[in-house]
Amino acid sequence: MAEPVLEIRNLSKSFGALKAAVGVNFDLMPGEIHALIGPNGAGKTTLIHQIAGTLTPDEGEIRFLGKDVRSLSVAERARMGLGRTFQVSSLAQEFSALRNVMLAVQARQGTSFRFFRPVMSDPSLTEPAMAALQRVGLQDRADVPAAELSHGERRRLEIAIALALEARVFLLDEPMAGMGPDGSRELTAFLDELRHQAPILLVEHDMDAVFALADRVSVLVYGRVIASGPAAEIRRHPAVREAYLGEGA
Amino acid sequence: MRREQTVNACLILALLAAPVLAQLAGEPFFITLATRVTILALAATGLNIALGLGGLVSFGHAAFFGIGGYAAGILATHAFNGMPLFLGIPGTNQMPVIWIVAMAAAGLLALPIGVISLRTSGVYFIMITLAFAQMIFYFAISWPAYGGEDGLSIYVRNAFPGINTLKPMPFFLICFSLLAVALLVFSRLRDSRFGAALEAARQNPERLAAVGIAPNRIRLAAFVISAMVTALAGALFSDLNRFVSPSMLSWQMSGELIVLIILGGVGRLAGPLAGATLYVLFEYALGGITEHWQLFLGLILLAVVLFARGGVIGMLAGRAKHG
Repeated sequence: MAEPVLEIRNLSKSFGALKAAVGVNFDLMPGEIHALIGPNGAGKTTLIHQIAGTLTPDEGEIRFLGKDVRSLSVAERARMGLGRTFQVSSLAQEFSALRNVMLAVQARQGTSFRFFRPVMSDPSLTEPAMAALQRVGLQDRADVPAAELSHGERRRLEIAIALALEARVFLLDEPMAGMGPDGSRELTAFLDELRHQAPILLVEHDMDAVFALADRVSVLVYGRVIASGPAAEIRRHPAVREAYLGEGA
Repeated sequence: MRREQTVNACLILALLAAPVLAQLAGEPFFITLATRVTILALAATGLNIALGLGGLVSFGHAAFFGIGGYAAGILATHAFNGMPLFLGIPGTNQMPVIWIVAMAAAGLLALPIGVISLRTSGVYFIMITLAFAQMIFYFAISWPAYGGEDGLSIYVRNAFPGINTLKPMPFFLICFSLLAVALLVFSRLRDSRFGAALEAARQNPERLAAVGIAPNRIRLAAFVISAMVTALAGALFSDLNRFVSPSMLSWQMSGELIVLIILGGVGRLAGPLAGATLYVLFEYALGGITEHWQLFLGLILLAVVLFARGGVIGMLAGRAKHG
């Protein structure tokens, strides 16, 4: 069996008495979409934060591409290929969509300590950025400041940024949030394609999307993984139905 | 040409034209006034790199302005009395050497100040930069070797090879050229990869880190560059007044630099120039009528902050555009 791209062992994190993660085990294999579901406050976003490096776990191990990344900063992990999107869009608001993506291209190419060449006339930045925008269908909105984009467009711009990073893993924190049915369908089809580029850790509340996309599903409740397995199995799992999907589901 | 570029060009040409007209009209005082505008604009252009592009509200840039000033004053004093500075190194009255020393000294000082201050943000960053500047201010006051509280006079304005700096016009042109270079550097910097990262660090540091660029390294570099430009202006300011005193290091000076930028337009290329022009004209026009002219300046500042966020440049050229 292939090596997992991302591997989390016995991860624990608490904020005072609140346990956000209790001995969490989780892994992500090449080519798969592994969905993480659970009720609000279960610790899903906290887990993403710990993988990305914005929060430090109390205990446990996070291995990315076989390497322990706990001592690495957010920026260092991103340079290794962790591409994340945020639950609430996090963009450089004054920059155009294109410039937001160009930032990722620039980071990918190495040092930002270059002081003289104007970025806007540098095709090695603009062309890959434009290509990433095209893949998410934002090419016509390239010059629009991020602050003026619609909610759905901002979500897609976040994905374009992760694409431009040439991420080795995508950490997608509720990409469907607030997208509307059409938007969700479109994005679902897109993510289905995206898995061929890099595996996806998908945190999502939209169950249609989760069960349409995920190869495996893990269920997080009060910081514990109560079930993990193939999507079809999780759908039938009694504890999951009770804790999360509701009796009627 | 975009509207902002037209506005910038007009401002720069006006700055150049004013002393020429003053010369023709036989009013050399106005050349000095224009030189003062130029030097303050240069100092604020330095701060504009940190504050405007990087969003780093340094309330301690007077430290770098003053370090530049003292570099000029101390080197000139040693050149004048022939005593070596230390370890047998002589002083100098050559401006290019003084500028390099001023910028190097400020850069070396800005590095540790930046490293420590950048561990904080927001109000704490403002306060810690202020604290560092105050430390240097009190050090200058209590160190008698170079005049302490009384300041230090430069008996003869420092020299520039091939140019008679004692006359107001050539000295103005030196300052003007340096401002022009600084504005060029500012605009190239802003449009470069470094500038893109710096502006992103201001807008959304989490996003910048998430694409793999550590915001604080970028900010630190900007802070150091910013300090060096402001120090260069400090050296010129000493030569303009032929006098350095701890007032160049005071928190009022730091505040004045911030005011210039807010008046002119935060992060805008010609913002500091517009702000300095307005400030000096005000000082001249109202300062003759009342010594409380800063009260009126305060009212204008209030109006700018409440009604015209983009400052003078914002009013004349509209909002800033990012590619």
